[in-house]
Amino acid sequence: MSRSIKPGIVILVAALMLALPLIANAGETLDAVKARGYLIVGVNGGLFGFGMPDEKGVWRGLDVDTGRAVAAAIFGDPDKIKFVTLTTQTRFTALQSKEVDVLCRNATRTLTRETELGLNFVAVNYYDGQGFLIPKKLGIKSAKELDGASVCVLPGTTTEQNVADFFRTNKITMKPVVIEQNTELNQAFFSGRCDCLTSDASQLAGIRAVAPNPDDYMILPDIISKEPLAPAVRHGDDQWRDIVDFCVLAMIAAEDIGINSKNVDELLKSDNPDVKRFLGVTPGNGKALGLDEKWAYNIVKKLGNYGEVFDRNVGEETKLKLKRGLNAQWKDGGLMYAPPFK
Amino acid sequence: MNQATKTISQTHHIPFWRDPAKRGIVLQVVALLFVLMLGYYVFSNTQANLRRQSIATGFGFFGKEAGFEIGEPMISYSAADTYARALLVGVLNTVKVSFAGIVLTILIGLFVGIARLSKNWLVSNLAKGYIEALQNVPVLLQLFFWYGLFHNALPLPRQSINPLPGVFINNRGFYLPLPEAHPAYKWMAPALLAAFVISYFLKRWSRTRQDLTGQTFPVFTSFMCLSIGMPLLVWLVSGAPTGMDLPHLRGFNFIGGFSFSPEFGALLIGLVLYTSAFVAEIVRAGIQAVSHGQTEAAASIGLRPKLVLTLVILPQALRVIIPPLTNQMLNLTKNSSLAIAIGYPDFVAVANTTINQTGQAIEGVALIMVTYLVISLVTSAFMNWYNKRTALVER
Repeated sequence: MSRSIKPGIVILVAALMLALPLIANAGETLDAVKARGYLIVGVNGGLFGFGMPDEKGVWRGLDVDTGRAVAAAIFGDPDKIKFVTLTTQTRFTALQSKEVDVLCRNATRTLTRETELGLNFVAVNYYDGQGFLIPKKLGIKSAKELDGASVCVLPGTTTEQNVADFFRTNKITMKPVVIEQNTELNQAFFSGRCDCLTSDASQLAGIRAVAPNPDDYMILPDIISKEPLAPAVRHGDDQWRDIVDFCVLAMIAAEDIGINSKNVDELLKSDNPDVKRFLGVTPGNGKALGLDEKWAYNIVKKLGNYGEVFDRNVGEETKLKLKRGLNAQWKDGGLMYAPPFK
Repeated sequence: MNQATKTISQTHHIPFWRDPAKRGIVLQVVALLFVLMLGYYVFSNTQANLRRQSIATGFGFFGKEAGFEIGEPMISYSAADTYARALLVGVLNTVKVSFAGIVLTILIGLFVGIARLSKNWLVSNLAKGYIEALQNVPVLLQLFFWYGLFHNALPLPRQSINPLPGVFINNRGFYLPLPEAHPAYKWMAPALLAAFVISYFLKRWSRTRQDLTGQTFPVFTSFMCLSIGMPLLVWLVSGAPTGMDLPHLRGFNFIGGFSFSPEFGALLIGLVLYTSAFVAEIVRAGIQAVSHGQTEAAASIGLRPKLVLTLVILPQALRVIIPPLTNQMLNLTKNSSLAIAIGYPDFVAVANTTINQTGQAIEGVALIMVTYLVISLVTSAFMNWYNKRTALVER
């Protein structure tokens, strides 16, 4: 009898140890990250332009670089970072259970996520919106002509609900085909299983780029939803929230006041009080956040300003060929607007 | 003698920790308490953590509007319905594909299993090839294969294959004509039921008669005649309506008639072929477990080969077949959750969307587990009951 109980005890102890991290309260997130020596960021593992390792295994993407900016601000080194791949199902739970310090995984900020899920979304790092990708031979000009269509849906953020809302509002019907695997879904769409494919416009650009013949496909002009994609942190640590928030804003502000990775060293000698405060030549901002005064300098030096990060990952020179659009600076008709750094 | 006194004295003076039976009970109680405490600890810990991070818990989301569409609901459903109804649609879809899958699996498995034992070299080796090929390819790959075949090999709706009038096959689905609504169809169901009841009493009567006189009665043939004939009679009497609801192309897709999607088709075919290979092996093993002497004995009392199989071999083989067959039925049901990979809106797919939208991952996953547990327990309860009925009464 006792022999048969022994493995049982081993399992119970193992289970107990698994349950322990749940109660371990690490205190302030910044202290925990500093003590650990690196930052843990939850990312999308397979979204080109936002979060995906390249062929050499180096992580690339707008969300990935946002995470690196936080690491650069804390440690002065963007590579003191560990990326954790999360699915749409696991991402919020991983953040809530302290598996990751920050979530940079193309997540849309919504009211229920901010409240019921106990998350704080910080400054938006990409303004997206849901659209439709169609084969050109379908011969329609607007999504409102899609009555009765089969719609391939990439499940994820708020996609399924948006598309249902759009069809209901316009009193037209649809048949959704929801496939979780990107590759399977793309195949189903390219082989004509669906009349159109719906997802965030940035993703549609990526899917169109891998089509057998990209010129046969087009993205309809209708954008049916607002998807402000933003990094998120847990409720309850306001200092940490501020740090992540201003890391994103620092990249936007740098572009706004004309600082980039090439001229940043030169501008350390600038007389402009805004620039001096931003780069920590005039101290204050770093202390207020609980960081080194060089934090914003490090972000721009190591990663560049928002414009550089955008162009490198999703801009016109990349496969995605995305225009700045809503993501341009406020001066250029976009929504990117950073508050004063003082 | 010495041995006996020792035993007696032991039963009198033995302390409970030396008595394996009592010690066992104590240890089990301790283990149970430990498990319960651990369960309570994990539960209260999770609750406290969720509360501290002000994360909403509970099943309050059931009553909220789901706001998403589902591909092929069996009951009326729209995006304006609640999450509870959306999840019910998912459960029904899972039950639909599992039930259809189990029935087809058993039929094909039985057929292939018997073919595997055929004395004909070609038949036996074809069955062997079927079993080996399908058993050893992961079921997920098979699903991808069938789904890929469906949407790549079949034409677009406008170029549908039209093998029979009213029947259309394209990469959006399979469309069959359905009889138009008519009062006659309402009466055909009771007629079929009546046929079943009559057949049941016929069977009882024929068994009593056989016990008394030894005369047999063709019960199965009369059952088939009744269950086809009676509804047909009702249909003829009520005017033989022939109006059909034909599927037709409107806009992008076909509407009307009866249809099922390539996702359902691929899932059903994939699951059935994979599981039937295992069932075929179980059937073969069950039949071979009945010793050859039984066949010879049955033949020696003059039973024809068909009767040898149905009266002597199969009843004994079933005893061996049913328990592992139950396992395969459960496997098929659980494997149906792979539907999510090829876009069939089964319970897991709907629950996943629900988790996505509400963020209530713990509740959602718990719900998935409980649902599959209930489906599995019901299936095995039924099979255990059936097993008891067919088990050989040992004398």
